[in-house]
Amino acid sequence: MASADQSLGNPNKDLSPSVLRRRLVEVLLGSGFLATAAAFVYPVLRYLIPPTTSDLGSDAVVAGRVGDLKPNSGKIFRFGSRPGLLIRTASGEYRAMSATCTHLSCTVQYRDDLREVWCACHNGKYNLDGRNVSGPPPRPLEAFDVQVRGEEIFVRRRRES
Amino acid sequence: MAILQNETRRLATARYWVLSWLIGFAVHVSYGQAPNSCLDCHSALPEPLGVSQEKFSQDIHAQKGLTCASCHGGDPTSVDPDKAMSRKAGWKGKIERKQIPQLCGSCHSDAAYIRQFNPSLRTDQLAQYHTSVHGKRWATGDAKVAVCTDCHSVHDLKPPSDPRSTVNPVNVANTCARCHADANYMTGYSIPTDQFAKYSASVHHDALAVRGDMSAPTCPTCHGNHGAAPPGVDKVQNVCSTCHVFQAQMYEKSSHKDAFRAASLPGCVVCHSNHGIVHPTDAKLGTGPEAVCMQCHTPGDVCDQARAALLSDLGQLDEAIDNADRVLSVAESSGMEVSEARLAQNQARDSLTKARVTIHSFRKDLVEQDIQTGLTIASKNLQAGQRAMVERNYRRVGLGISLVAIGIMLVGLRLYIKKIES
Amino acid sequence: MSPVRNVRNWLDERFKWDDLVAPLRKKTVPRHRLSYWYFLGGITLFLFVIQVLTGILLLLYYRPGANEAFESVQYIMTQVQFGWLIRSIHSWSANLMIFTAFAHMFSVLFLKAYRKPRELTWVSGVILLFLVMGFGFSGYLLPWNTLAFFATKVGTEITGQVPVIGKPLMILLRGGEEVTGATLTRFFGFHVAVLPGLATLLILVHLLLVQRLGMSVPPKLEMEWGANPSAKREMKFFPNFALRELMAWYIALGVLGALAAIFPWNLGVKADPFAPAPAGIKPEWYFLFMFQTLKLIPPKVWFIDGEILGVLAFGLVGLLWVLLPFFESDDPSRGKRWITGLAIFALAYVTGMSVYGHLAK
Repeated sequence: MASADQSLGNPNKDLSPSVLRRRLVEVLLGSGFLATAAAFVYPVLRYLIPPTTSDLGSDAVVAGRVGDLKPNSGKIFRFGSRPGLLIRTASGEYRAMSATCTHLSCTVQYRDDLREVWCACHNGKYNLDGRNVSGPPPRPLEAFDVQVRGEEIFVRRRRES
Repeated sequence: MAILQNETRRLATARYWVLSWLIGFAVHVSYGQAPNSCLDCHSALPEPLGVSQEKFSQDIHAQKGLTCASCHGGDPTSVDPDKAMSRKAGWKGKIERKQIPQLCGSCHSDAAYIRQFNPSLRTDQLAQYHTSVHGKRWATGDAKVAVCTDCHSVHDLKPPSDPRSTVNPVNVANTCARCHADANYMTGYSIPTDQFAKYSASVHHDALAVRGDMSAPTCPTCHGNHGAAPPGVDKVQNVCSTCHVFQAQMYEKSSHKDAFRAASLPGCVVCHSNHGIVHPTDAKLGTGPEAVCMQCHTPGDVCDQARAALLSDLGQLDEAIDNADRVLSVAESSGMEVSEARLAQNQARDSLTKARVTIHSFRKDLVEQDIQTGLTIASKNLQAGQRAMVERNYRRVGLGISLVAIGIMLVGLRLYIKKIES
Repeated sequence: MSPVRNVRNWLDERFKWDDLVAPLRKKTVPRHRLSYWYFLGGITLFLFVIQVLTGILLLLYYRPGANEAFESVQYIMTQVQFGWLIRSIHSWSANLMIFTAFAHMFSVLFLKAYRKPRELTWVSGVILLFLVMGFGFSGYLLPWNTLAFFATKVGTEITGQVPVIGKPLMILLRGGEEVTGATLTRFFGFHVAVLPGLATLLILVHLLLVQRLGMSVPPKLEMEWGANPSAKREMKFFPNFALRELMAWYIALGVLGALAAIFPWNLGVKADPFAPAPAGIKPEWYFLFMFQTLKLIPPKVWFIDGEILGVLAFGLVGLLWVLLPFFESDDPSRGKRWITGLAIFALAYVTGMSVYGHLAK
């Protein structure tokens, strides 16, 4: 190859090794920088957008919506990491309590025929305040506060006085 | 000086009165509200005539103000043995075993009398006793059967609520076993003596004595205490059903109830035994040593096939739950958050428990309903675990891409540095 | 004119920019066999910046308070997009930063970079090291899980052992007699406000001193180059060293990302103050050497209670550590041998005790 002037109309200018190398470095730096910046910025931007499920802490939970429960029926909901029982009494008011039986930790249920909370494992019974009234359970079920706000039924742990 | 002397004398007199009053009070307190001269001698005598002060002070009757004379008669105020133990004063001496139920009943069946001490205490114990096996044999003159003092002890009798009492729920099985586990004592009676040994290995004993669950049954829970008798072959499931309601309801409507009754078989006991009840496993439905179905049914018949189907259904659900658990564990240890699915696994396990209870209906269709519910939940949890694994892989891919980007940057920087330094 | 030049002119007219950055242009970094150790300070700084950034992001969702802290961290890990990444990077970077801070300190110690006139750089650095460990201690409690709760209990209990001021200091730290939600709030305040404020101040002082005084070289090399100036090897800080530093930072970023993705930081179990402490509770690894030492001291040494003796000893060692440069001689040819010996002993002790503490039941 003739050692022609690299900057003056040399048709091979674009292919000379040093120019190639400089181009390569520029490309690498540029793309590397953009890629790493994107890898950094993308998660941060997604992070900043608030998620759809709101965080109420373990103190309060949406146990259901108005209309989910007919009078004199109950349903199990998730309260933190344990099951809870939401009851709508025959007169229409809501009660909520822990659904873990205090005897051997089976999950209790609402019996509409007995109008009481019943544990199928050993026939333990609790009244609508959670007080253990019959059978093996040694302690009452922890009772929770219920608040209806709009369409949603909020169940909240009772504050210590 | 004279004043002082008077003073001294007055003080001495006062001291004398205080002391004697104190002694009198002490006597009152330690001997109950009534004077009890019997213990003066009898606390120093050896067994069987002796009752120590310490022992008697633990007795509930003594604490309520009764004395030796309340049961034995005699005159507790006199310190002269002849007067104290005179027949004229009503002294009965040692009470014969035959007479003990009547003696105890003379107060304990008198509602008006007991009301003065504890209005809510029952007063039908003697009446119940007469209906019991012990009572009936007592009526025929059997001197070996249990009377009141055999179970309740005497002279240091404690109420059943006292944890030291021989009839406290935690202790009462040992009390029954004193006779019923003694093969020598029980010769001549046609009942076995292995009940206590079997019960001690049972799940009920474990609940009561080991875990302290006071709702667990012991001998009187199923047999009654004063009216103690075995429930009767056709009444056994009534006893079990007071706690095990669901199983009893299933059994009531099942084919086995009538079949067992016709064959005079004792219901629940046929498969679960009466005293040595252990935690049932799926092996009861199998064909091994613990199998119960094959005790009656012939291999290959319709029932045997149903049994095999039930066993395989239960096994299927058990396996599905385990499978989901395993995937969730792997996801968790890779740092994925699967607590919601873990919680739902409890529901799947509840379904399995329910299916095992529904076995007592002996209907495949009912059991299969519960199995299906459980399988649906377990499969949802498995999917949640698998989704967590997918997310985990997605994170690793993302990491890989970032590392590649960083790698490009590093190469670029290296070359750039080389360039500017050449 | 090129756009870069335009910007520079604009800045110079308003900030006297050129005068300001002139020293930076002239700054050089010595090149020798042990030059690689110079990177550690910068990496520590980089990790600190990462902590501030991820910490601010976490602040957007974290809620201090015994009722909500654990749940909010759980929320970040499970519901917030890339929350797991931000939180895991924050936790891993914290540990890495403490490690590099210690390594930086030891490298300065062995390279004898603390000698006159750089004593104050060392002093500010050691205090920064203490602050960084305070960051670790206070931040560890914030997720309010069982391990953190009991580690805090044990740690503050030991503080209470210091004679005279120990008890009031413990109550000040705990916000009461026991570790409660009040402790959490207090630690949160320390972690996001008090400590960052102090640390930023000290970092600025530290960096200013480094810029003003330049990089130190090991004593032997100093004497060599003093005798023979032409043997001196240097590189410009800007852009040569800076670019290399940038590479180190990218590598650190990659390591952090890998750790966060492959070993996400776990949540643990929510703290229950009424539950008994789990068996074999240990503090975080950077406190292990002190913890293990305290465990090995017999209950009574002479008439002094063993634990008090241990705490006082560490306090004394800490004080001496801060004042170390003032024991060193000014003449590079007559460096104190015992300081080198002490440095080797300290490194061996910290490493050995940490390993021992980790393996012990």
